[in-house]
Amino acid sequence: MQPLEKPEHDAPAEGEERPLNLIGKAFRRVDGRAKVTGQTRYADDLSFPRMVHLKLLRSTVPHAEILEIDASAALALPGVLAVATGEDFPVPFGILPVSEDEHALCRGKVRFVGDPVAAVAALTEDQAAEAALAVRVQYRPLSTIASLEEALATPEPQIHDYADSGNLHKQVSMCFGDVAAGFEEAELVLEDTFFYSGNTHLPLEQHASVAVPEDDDRLTLYSSTQTPHYLHRALAKVLGLPGSRIRVVGTPNGGGFGGKSDPFQHEIVAAWLALKLGRPVKICLSREEVFACHRGRHPVLMQLRTGFRRDGGITAQHLKTALDGGAYGSYGVASTYYTGALQTVTYPLPRYWFEGARVFTNKAPCGPKRGHGTPQPRFGFEVQLDKAAVALGLNPADLRLANLAEPGSVTANWLQLGTIGLGRCIEAVVAGSGYRERWGKMPAGRGLGLACGAYLCGAGLPIYWNHMPQSGVLVKLDRSGGVAVYCGQSEIGQGSDSVLAAIVAEVLGVGLGDIRLCVADTDLTPVDLGSYSSRVTLMMGNAAREAAERARELLAQAVSAMLEVPLERLAFAEGRVFDVAGSEPGLSFAEAVIAAEARFGTLATTGSYVPPRAPGKYRGAGVGPSPTYSYSAAVIEVEVDPATGLYRVEQVWLAHDIGRAINPALVLGQVEGGVYMGLGEAMMEDSAYRRLPKRLSDALVHKFPSLLEYKSPTFLDMPEVTTYLIEEPDPRGPFGAKEVGQGPLLPIPPALANAVFDAVGVRIDQVPIEPQMIVKALEARAAGKEARFGPRAFPSIDFGETLSVPTREEGGDGRAINDFSRGKSSRRATSGTMKTREEVLGEKKLEALTTR
Amino acid sequence: MLRLPTFDYYRPTSLAEAARLIAGQSPDQVRLVAGGTDLWPNLKRRHQKAEAVVSLAGVPDLRGVTCRPDGSLKIGALTPLSELAAHPELGARLPALVVALGSISSPVLRNQGTLGGNLCLDTRCTYYNQSEEWRRAISYCMKAEGEVCWVAPGSPRCWAVSSSDAAPMLSALGARVRLVCHEGERWLPLPELYQDDGMAYLTKRPDEILTEIELPAEAASARSAFWKLRRRGSIDFAVLSVAASLWLDGEGRVERARVYLGAVASFPAPAKATMEALEGRKLDEETVKAAAELARRDATPMDNTDFQPAWRGAMVARYVEAALRDCAGLPRQRLEPRLGQA
Repeated sequence: MQPLEKPEHDAPAEGEERPLNLIGKAFRRVDGRAKVTGQTRYADDLSFPRMVHLKLLRSTVPHAEILEIDASAALALPGVLAVATGEDFPVPFGILPVSEDEHALCRGKVRFVGDPVAAVAALTEDQAAEAALAVRVQYRPLSTIASLEEALATPEPQIHDYADSGNLHKQVSMCFGDVAAGFEEAELVLEDTFFYSGNTHLPLEQHASVAVPEDDDRLTLYSSTQTPHYLHRALAKVLGLPGSRIRVVGTPNGGGFGGKSDPFQHEIVAAWLALKLGRPVKICLSREEVFACHRGRHPVLMQLRTGFRRDGGITAQHLKTALDGGAYGSYGVASTYYTGALQTVTYPLPRYWFEGARVFTNKAPCGPKRGHGTPQPRFGFEVQLDKAAVALGLNPADLRLANLAEPGSVTANWLQLGTIGLGRCIEAVVAGSGYRERWGKMPAGRGLGLACGAYLCGAGLPIYWNHMPQSGVLVKLDRSGGVAVYCGQSEIGQGSDSVLAAIVAEVLGVGLGDIRLCVADTDLTPVDLGSYSSRVTLMMGNAAREAAERARELLAQAVSAMLEVPLERLAFAEGRVFDVAGSEPGLSFAEAVIAAEARFGTLATTGSYVPPRAPGKYRGAGVGPSPTYSYSAAVIEVEVDPATGLYRVEQVWLAHDIGRAINPALVLGQVEGGVYMGLGEAMMEDSAYRRLPKRLSDALVHKFPSLLEYKSPTFLDMPEVTTYLIEEPDPRGPFGAKEVGQGPLLPIPPALANAVFDAVGVRIDQVPIEPQMIVKALEARAAGKEARFGPRAFPSIDFGETLSVPTREEGGDGRAINDFSRGKSSRRATSGTMKTREEVLGEKKLEALTTR
Repeated sequence: MLRLPTFDYYRPTSLAEAARLIAGQSPDQVRLVAGGTDLWPNLKRRHQKAEAVVSLAGVPDLRGVTCRPDGSLKIGALTPLSELAAHPELGARLPALVVALGSISSPVLRNQGTLGGNLCLDTRCTYYNQSEEWRRAISYCMKAEGEVCWVAPGSPRCWAVSSSDAAPMLSALGARVRLVCHEGERWLPLPELYQDDGMAYLTKRPDEILTEIELPAEAASARSAFWKLRRRGSIDFAVLSVAASLWLDGEGRVERARVYLGAVASFPAPAKATMEALEGRKLDEETVKAAAELARRDATPMDNTDFQPAWRGAMVARYVEAALRDCAGLPRQRLEPRLGQA
């Protein structure tokens, strides 16, 4: 066994750095040909002998007690094999241990239109669909909650009885430093209210799963999931089976964006029915059901108060956020913290008060979507900076450039920053767009908007509490020269398979064609926590590099002995191992493997990754830390027709601080995808709900759960995107790499709002920006009122007791000075956050190492 | 995924056989299908029902464009929209028609969708074009299985929207259509094919087949324009369309005006006041502006499409003005969306 104690992932020191053969050059993604030729087997492509089909009956009422479920008519239909209900699923589950509030099928109560109530298995998909419609459910309606305001005003009936208070799911208040003093220092104080509407992921692939019963009471579940490991745990829990009997295979995902990060009802029900029937069970959700699964962007109402000095420097900020969470917890507690956590990483924010609350409503549950909880406050922040620049008579680019966070510094909320390429990002888009020369001087109707953003490169803490690696990679060398790489990571289209293969190929000096991948298989691959929080390139990449370096070391020792060449003179490149100082061709890679296998026995090495310890130790400090942060800046050019409010985005310039691009072609693809998704959110996407007149109906439904009427941009609406990759290698990333999957979305919505202001001189303080909002704001200006469209007021919310955490500058140690919950949990340090691995290993208690 | 219900499928090889198959049947018993881009999703969502579907694909002579020596045109109802949008002679004679047809849905669906199908397009509504399960959740609506029109719960009628782009443009150009049934045939001026009722939106009887569309020679001498408001440059149905055809006399006066509004009523709505304000006047900037301002009164945008109804209403005058400016040869003022190529 190899010791875990090897946190040295730093790039080789100056002078030692090996030339790169593959990394940094654009190469074809390893799964590219299979995807474009249709060979990739997505979950819905799988078929097994004797397979049957599953259909879920979903609630047609938004909030009700279930009185009776009558499946007799359904069971009498041809081909129907079984019907399941909530009676069959007593054990709850949920992605976060603090909010395990879901059942595979509803028990006693439904909470939104789309909540799964019953399941039918039948010989064909048609029969299952007909039978599901024939299941009759009697409900007793309960009063419904459609919005944040209604949730605040309606503590009873509770949608969940575990909420912090009434229908307030979660309350957070954390104050870092003397905020009042900060506002006193300010020469300009701005207070704005912003609204960011909810929207959904819209992956092209609808969720699908096939559960296959195997010999000896084992089960395999093939599923389109971003998190096979968490799904594995949820299945074991709900089915009451040892995890060793369950195998989860994550199939290639046709897009995820966060929407396939929770364990879902259809996955658990398929597994249960497969075991019950002894036959494979398949389900592919309809598009409407994908809208019901949702877990999309939370609608967030925000109040942002910021103090500025005359030079644009920030003296203090007070942010209040209110999240409309929908009917279940999902990632919501983390989402709530995330609406505050990353405000501090772009510009120095010496004192910061964050208050957040999430409410339950009778709508599809919200969760993590690309940027998880951070695009909403980022929108407010970047629009407010634009307003501050105008008020202070500064160019918005100069205001930002004069106030950049210090690389390697610790923020007011105790986040450890890494390298920061934000300044170069701003310079790149400003130069590319001519922002300095053109902003404020364009013809009427034309405008430029600038905004920035930052994102995690992997969440510092796992979702359930443990002290094991977040990612593991196994490398096995074959005598043929082939290299098999095993890792639990999930390819969701972002290119993680290519990153994994490229890093191993780079270290071993072989071609991508020599690498065979085995991924996302809980029986066969080491655990990787999944494709969320932009963690894969950094965490899996470091683990892969470590495993490959260990394999290289074994090969090098064997070759060194055989060729009598000193270790440090051996090079691995072009499928050969050779003496860099000599002219001999050395050994082929396969020969090197033979030499090493003869010497050491079977060749397999592992690598793993544990993120560095973050300095924050207060309750809530677990959300926000990351090994390092990526940065982006964008300029958007827009043309606005003031007579109609219609507008067209003409061009986007986006610069992203990637650390180092493993594969620049894939990085560009992720940037453009992020810009596209950001424009969708900024321009049109809206998870709107409809409530019918209350005197006539209790209905509360998603307004248009379809690809036609839920508006997302088409190719035609997509402007030209000019991308700049800013490479400032971060020693904490593999070969210096940072994330790109989420960050580039963040600057887009505020850049659009700022561009609209530059074009027509009115502020739209909410997204999506609808043409009628621009018309209304122009009308308001013409009537002598505030030239603005947006929410008017922020409601009064009880955020709970404020945790007071002095900043490092104030002499703090990362702990709260008024936390009275200390000592509640033995697994947690007195401050409420996780103890370090070293502390726990010293205790010699197994239960202290992980949550079961 | 959504599944089609089971039904009998007929593929007659003559018009007479097709007419015989549907004689005496109600729509819920038997439905005609041409391209299927409207019917198949409607059947999957179960808001239209059919015991049998009769395909017109095997019926000969329903496809193609015939340009007659007298300048009139005949278009077979089964001609795919993409073929019409790319038809050189049609493009030369009636450019606004080609713009309208080329704006329908997406390139892929225009390959499949037909002109006759677009003219008979079921009226649409965000309370109606939804799955069986969704409609259960609102206890259905008047247009399918329910009692109430949720767009206007106090109203005795259905407010579903006529979303055809071909209908207003061909109406403005003076088209007429041929309807064939088991007993015989009749010709109708296109506007008379429609009525302002979201449910009974066609005057065509269920046992009649729309077989061809005829355009008079004078269509080519009109100054015509088509403007369409929708969220995206492709795929979306119109939330407002304006089709205008103006015939001028030798002195630049409007002799005859035909202006129809799409997607703001249950039928292609004639913009009566606008037409009156145009006729007899010189087609200049002032006339255009004044006539456009009157168009709002003939539109009834409701909250059952994309975008806010009030804003859509406010856009009527803007879009009518844009179309009339095109007819008058005045420079364009409105921001145009990026449009796909036909």
